[in-house]
Amino acid sequence: MSLITPDFGLLVWMTLIFGIVFFVLAKWGFPMITGSVRERAERINASIKAAKEAEERLQNLAKEQSEMIEEARREQARILKETSASRDAMIENAKSQAQEEASKIISQARKQIDAEKESALSDIRKEVAMLSVSIAEKVLRKDLADDSEQARLISALVDEMASEKGSDTTKSV
Amino acid sequence: MKKLFAIFLCIFIPLSLCAEEGGAFDMDEYLYGHVRDAYDWHITTINGHHISIPLPVIVISKQGNGFHCFSSKHLEEGEEYAGFHIAGDSSTFAHKIVETAPDGSEIRPWDFSITKNVFGMIINCSLLLLLILGAARWYRRHDAREEAPTGLAGLVEMLVTMVEDDIIKDCVGEDYKRYSPYLLTAFFFIFINNLMGIVPFFPGGANITGNIAVTLVLALFTFFTVNIFGNKHYWKDILWPEVPTWLKVPLPLMPLIEIIGMFTKPFSLMVRLFANILAGHFMILGVVAVVFLTAELGTALNAGLSVVAVILGVFMDCLELLVAFIQAYVFTMLSAVFIGLSRQHPETE
Repeated sequence: MSLITPDFGLLVWMTLIFGIVFFVLAKWGFPMITGSVRERAERINASIKAAKEAEERLQNLAKEQSEMIEEARREQARILKETSASRDAMIENAKSQAQEEASKIISQARKQIDAEKESALSDIRKEVAMLSVSIAEKVLRKDLADDSEQARLISALVDEMASEKGSDTTKSV
Repeated sequence: MKKLFAIFLCIFIPLSLCAEEGGAFDMDEYLYGHVRDAYDWHITTINGHHISIPLPVIVISKQGNGFHCFSSKHLEEGEEYAGFHIAGDSSTFAHKIVETAPDGSEIRPWDFSITKNVFGMIINCSLLLLLILGAARWYRRHDAREEAPTGLAGLVEMLVTMVEDDIIKDCVGEDYKRYSPYLLTAFFFIFINNLMGIVPFFPGGANITGNIAVTLVLALFTFFTVNIFGNKHYWKDILWPEVPTWLKVPLPLMPLIEIIGMFTKPFSLMVRLFANILAGHFMILGVVAVVFLTAELGTALNAGLSVVAVILGVFMDCLELLVAFIQAYVFTMLSAVFIGLSRQHPETE
């Protein structure tokens, strides 16, 4: 039965020894170890967190980069489009300007031609008149023997000439 | 070399035990002699001559005989010294130091002797202090955030983190840091004493954690930790638990049960550790005893059964290694659970 009756002396020694061991280990032993291990765990956790953040930032960066590339590409397309549009406009403009110029030149030329033609025509007309006058002179020189006849013809001619001259002056101006 | 040494031990120890008896094998003396406390540390007996380490006896007489401190070698074989002797098998104080009263009866003095268990405990605790403080020194000298320890410090760290993470953090709850030193000390104290108890020769072999006084003190430490630091909610649960009122008034049935529960918890801790370790020692001793019990049955049978006993003994030792760890683990875990229950907040339930 001595196995299950606690011995007083042993109780005292056990309390003393365990108490001392507990005191020493609780003061200089375990807190040092657990504290260091905890610190390390915290550091590892922090490192993992930092790594995750860095990875996230990297991913964001890549995303940003691709966005930027996309943006640049869009800008490029836009610029190209604008350039081609302005080029087209320029060409169009130049074309129309050229056409205008050409038509101006043509109309001027036509005017000039008209004027030349007119002057040529008037020259011809003058010439014809001169010719006809001279012819008429020649004719008249022969026919104006008869005075009455001569007077009648002269008045008829004068009338004709007067009506012709009125229309002629408006034309020649 | 180590193997050879182990084989040598396997042969040598049974032989030495055999020689001890020198005749009929006394099973009771063999079993109880190995598990009980003693005033000297018996190592072996060769040719009837005991080889043992004498330990100091410290006694204070209850009859005014005063304070005495002497070597236990004066008390060998029931000799009397300064009025003290070790009581025989038939006495109520069998194997304990007694003094003789004037009327011839035996009286137990105040006995503070450094017995085998005390001495073993001092050795084991010194080892434990060396181990833990050695490991702590590593942390003091290194930056633990930059590197992990190797060797013994690494082993200690592994065990400490295992106990803290698996047991203490989970069972105690939020303010576990406050209790972690006590629970870790309890774990390592039990573990190292369990392990040293399995070692069959000198610095080991003392049945320390299989002694009821030792487990009683451990259980008391847990009891006081639980009840001194218990919070309001814990005491309310004991004195005025949430049960129908007729269970509390007029007869305080539930409070009574709860109060008994306060004591049964550490009691179960005490008995569990004590019984497990004691039973382990008995099992190993019993298996080894087969060698001596069969000695009279002829050489062939004895040799055959000895081989069986050695194989079984190896198995038992492995089992005891496991038990040594499990019991330390269980004691710590249950202590942590009890502490955790005494620190519970009603809203976390």
